Parts: sequence; structure tokens; C-alpha cells
Amino acid sequence: MAKIWIYAELNQGRLTTTSLELFTKARELGDVDAIALGPGAMQAAGALGRHGARRVLANEEVVFAEYVAEPATDCLAALVAQERPDLIMFGFSPDSREVAGRLAARLGTGLISNAMDVDAVDGGFVARVPYFGGAKVASYRANATPAIVLIRPKSFEISESGDQAEVIEVSASIGGGSRRARIVDRLEEAADKVKLEDARIVVSGGRGLGGPENFHFVHELADALGGAAGASRAVVDAGWVPYAMQVGQTGKTVRPGVYIAAGISGAMQHTVGMKGSKVIVAINKDRDAPILKMADLGVVGDALKILPKLTEAVKARKGQ
Amino acid sequence: MKIVVTVKQAPDPNATQGLDPDNTVARDREVVLDPGDECGIEVGLQLKEAHGGEVVLVSMGPERARDAIRKGLSMGADRGILITDGHLAGADALLTARVLAAAIEPESPDLVICATESYDGSTGMVPPMLAELLSLPQLTFAKHVEVADARVTVHRQTEEGYQVVEAATPSLVTVTAGIAEPRYASLKGIMAARSKEVKLVAFADLGIEKGQPSETVESIVDAEARKSGEVVEDDGSIGVAKIMAVLQAAKVV
Repeated sequence: MAKIWIYAELNQGRLTTTSLELFTKARELGDVDAIALGPGAMQAAGALGRHGARRVLANEEVVFAEYVAEPATDCLAALVAQERPDLIMFGFSPDSREVAGRLAARLGTGLISNAMDVDAVDGGFVARVPYFGGAKVASYRANATPAIVLIRPKSFEISESGDQAEVIEVSASIGGGSRRARIVDRLEEAADKVKLEDARIVVSGGRGLGGPENFHFVHELADALGGAAGASRAVVDAGWVPYAMQVGQTGKTVRPGVYIAAGISGAMQHTVGMKGSKVIVAINKDRDAPILKMADLGVVGDALKILPKLTEAVKARKGQ
Repeated sequence: MKIVVTVKQAPDPNATQGLDPDNTVARDREVVLDPGDECGIEVGLQLKEAHGGEVVLVSMGPERARDAIRKGLSMGADRGILITDGHLAGADALLTARVLAAAIEPESPDLVICATESYDGSTGMVPPMLAELLSLPQLTFAKHVEVADARVTVHRQTEEGYQVVEAATPSLVTVTAGIAEPRYASLKGIMAARSKEVKLVAFADLGIEKGQPSETVESIVDAEARKSGEVVEDDGSIGVAKIMAVLQAAKVV
């Protein structure tokens, strides 16, 4: 059996959802171990076992939560040398990709990132990655061992299968020079009432809204529908709305029942994060905007005029 | 303070792009300095203005990438290094990071600034690899950067808000595109850039082995396309009516 590892990312002591999704696939590929580092690692072992980890290699040291990437890289590199896994799966999240990048450079293996699937083929691993705006799918075979593959959020459905994992406390193995980029403070910014990634309806806005002063139209429709508001990378970069609202390759991946894209052209950076939505409605002034080609309903028109009317119509229908 | 900013050319986000028959992105169509790198250069220039020193642009790419460097020099950077070599076409993230590291190391910078991710690939794998190879700490997703007393502090963007992250220099910082509005090159800047040095470096000059690629392409196939649905021209009322019908069919209103 192939030896499959999952880097179980802990965010302030909590196991991330994306980490758990990876187990659904990993169980098909071989014997699964989870690596959990930082405060909360031991507590996470229960959930990791239920999702299919046979062993949890854990270390609770606070240093993993306190410093960016380097301590986790040290520990993983030491464990790889001892245990020789065949495949290490990471979620494609900001924290995990930094650890994966450092590890792949240190081991000299390289990695495959932004994958939507990975399979065992002819004694190796082949990952499928969206290519050229998601219009194509490239299959890459990993040439080194361990293969390191980063998987996009929501690529697999979470499911429980295993029972109890054997928990092994591992040595932290942190090099003396790795306590460098230190997280000295954490600040929270206001978030929406409905979590974007869990919302059944998402209304997102882009450049076509003209300016940040018009973004309230997006929020108002989202509120009327009981959904969440999202945004394209372009308007997050422009500072109109916080990063937490970004939908796309480097933002959140969403799969709601209905996705309404207003004034978003449909660059691959965005569509990769929303094309799994059940129904897509796009409003765009530009008849040639790529988003209109992938939408179930495309409306060629001015989002600034349509959104407020739509909000009124939804409220009237719901009797609000 | 010596600041290295990594830059690359990327397909113009405002142009329609195509694929060559061999499924490589047709990069010769319209290319620009990657918009994320413009922000990195801007941050570098602001730090230089505050603390003195030098901003060096380092790029790997075809000779044409000199234009991207030239643009950064017009904005005010001091000089450029371009590693250009036919052997490097199609380099993966690790080889790119190894090449950049080999070119940057002799410069002994206090700060290496990268965009968090490129505009076209958007996977952001090169910066952490580069940090590892240069043995630098990484301060990533910065939406704010400060340097004082040989320490760098960033506000690192997160899902929940941001973290304050600190390290001693030398360090590698990745900046988000929202960090600063890149300046326009002035006419004076454009003229001055003509006499600034862009050093061309061949792969063989770097003294590293190419190694095997991290991955082999097995196939490239069309993605399962979403069927394109109905497209209507709004006339002031049909847009809303059609959308309401969709929402009702989906049982969300």
C-alpha cells in the first residue's frame, strides 16, 4: 500500500475544512497518516481518525502557530526522512502552500499545485490541474518521491469512514534558525453574517460596478436572498472590499445553489472559484464577457440598474 | 538598504489570450510587466525613498522580458538582472526559484520583495521556494510593510483579517496587489531608464544544475465545459424577470 500523508492544517487550534476533504481521496490511494502540528493537534486527532487517518503524527508546540512556515517545514522534512511517504497532500490554502513550497524546495522534489484531483497511476501519482483559464485540464505526473500535491478547496466531499487513529507524538525537530518570521498579533475584521463558503446563494460584484460606493447593491441583494456577498480579485486588489470576500483561485472556492456575478468579466482567477455552482447568473454590459458563456442565464445589461430592481423584486416575492 | 524585487512578464490581463498548438500559453501575443510586480516595485521604491539604498530588479524569461525590467527602471528602480536562456523555457516553479536564488544570492539583499502570486499562474509557489533556497524568513501576503532598525514588519492578510508578522532583515516579503498604487513612469524616468544597466545572465553562468523537472505533462484535454445557457439583452425589465424566474426555479425565492 502506498503511504499517503495529509498535512492537517490547524488555524488557531482548529482543523481546517479543506484538510478533512483530502481524506476522502487519500483513503482510495493508500494508508493515510495525518501530520498535525501546533496547539490543537492532539484534539484534532479524533476527527482525523474518523475521516480515515490510521496514524496521526502530532506535536502540540506553540512554535508552529507562532512562526510562519519554517518550523512546520523543519518538522515535516525530518519526518519525511524517517518515514519516506509516497505522497504528501496539502490543501491549496495560503498557510499550507507556504509550508509546501519551502518543503518542496528543501527536499528538491518540486510540487504540483492548484490540483483538483490526484490518482495513483502506474506506481506514481498523476494530478489534474485546471489549465488556461480552466478551459483545459492538464494531467501532470509527479517525478519525485515524495510527490507533493496541493489540492484546491472543495475538490472532494467530506466523508467519515475510519474510526480511531493511533496518535504518535513526534519530535518537533525545529532548527535553531527557524524562529524568524514571528506572528506577534492577530486582528480580525468584520465578516458577513452568512459565511461565504457555506452560503446557498452568493452574489458577487466586480469592476463593472464602477466603484466601491456602488457595492452596497451587492450586499443588499445578498441580504434579501439570505445569501452572502463575494467579489472578484480585481475589486479586492483595488481595495473596495476586504480579501475575505474574494472568490477565486486565491480567494474562496464556493459551490452554492445559485451564484450571481454582477459586473464580473469572468477571468479564470475568478471562475475557478465558482464554476462548481449549481446555477450561475451573470450580469454584464459586455456581450463578449467570458462569464456570459459559462452562465446558465446571462443578462447583457447594467448591473447598477438591474441589482436594485432585482432586490426589490426578491423582497416583494418574499413579502419582506 | 539593498532591495531586490523579482519581476516577470505576464500576458496582458486586458488582452485576449490564446494557446499555441502545443498547449503552451502563447506568451508572445501581448505581454506586460506583471501587475502584481508593479506593486512590488512600488513598495521597493517607497522603502528606498524612506531609507536610502538601491532597488534591483531580477527576472527570468526570454530576452523580451527586458521590456518588463525597463518599465520598472522607468518607475525608478536602479538596475536589472535578466536570466535568459532557451534552456529555461517551460521551467517549473522549483527551477525558477533555483535560478532566481542563484542570481539574487551574490547581491546579498536586505530585502527580497515578490508579488504574492503572478497574474497568470496565480499559484504563488515561487516565493516560499525562493525564501527556502536563500535561507530567508518569509513574510507573506503583506498588505502593509515597514522597515525599522533592521527589522521588517508586515500586515499579513488572512481570511479573518490580518496578522502582524515581524522578522529581522534579511527577509523575503510577498506583497498583495492592494498594498500600494504603482506610480506611473515619468518622462524623465523613461529617459533615465535608457542608461540604466540591465545585465543579461545565461543559465550556465549561474553554476547550478538544471535537474529533472518536478512533473511531466501526461495530457492536456478540454475541461468539462459548463453548457452556456441563455443570454438576453436587458431592456429595462426582461433582465430582472428572467433572473427572478431562475431564482424561483432554484427554489431560493
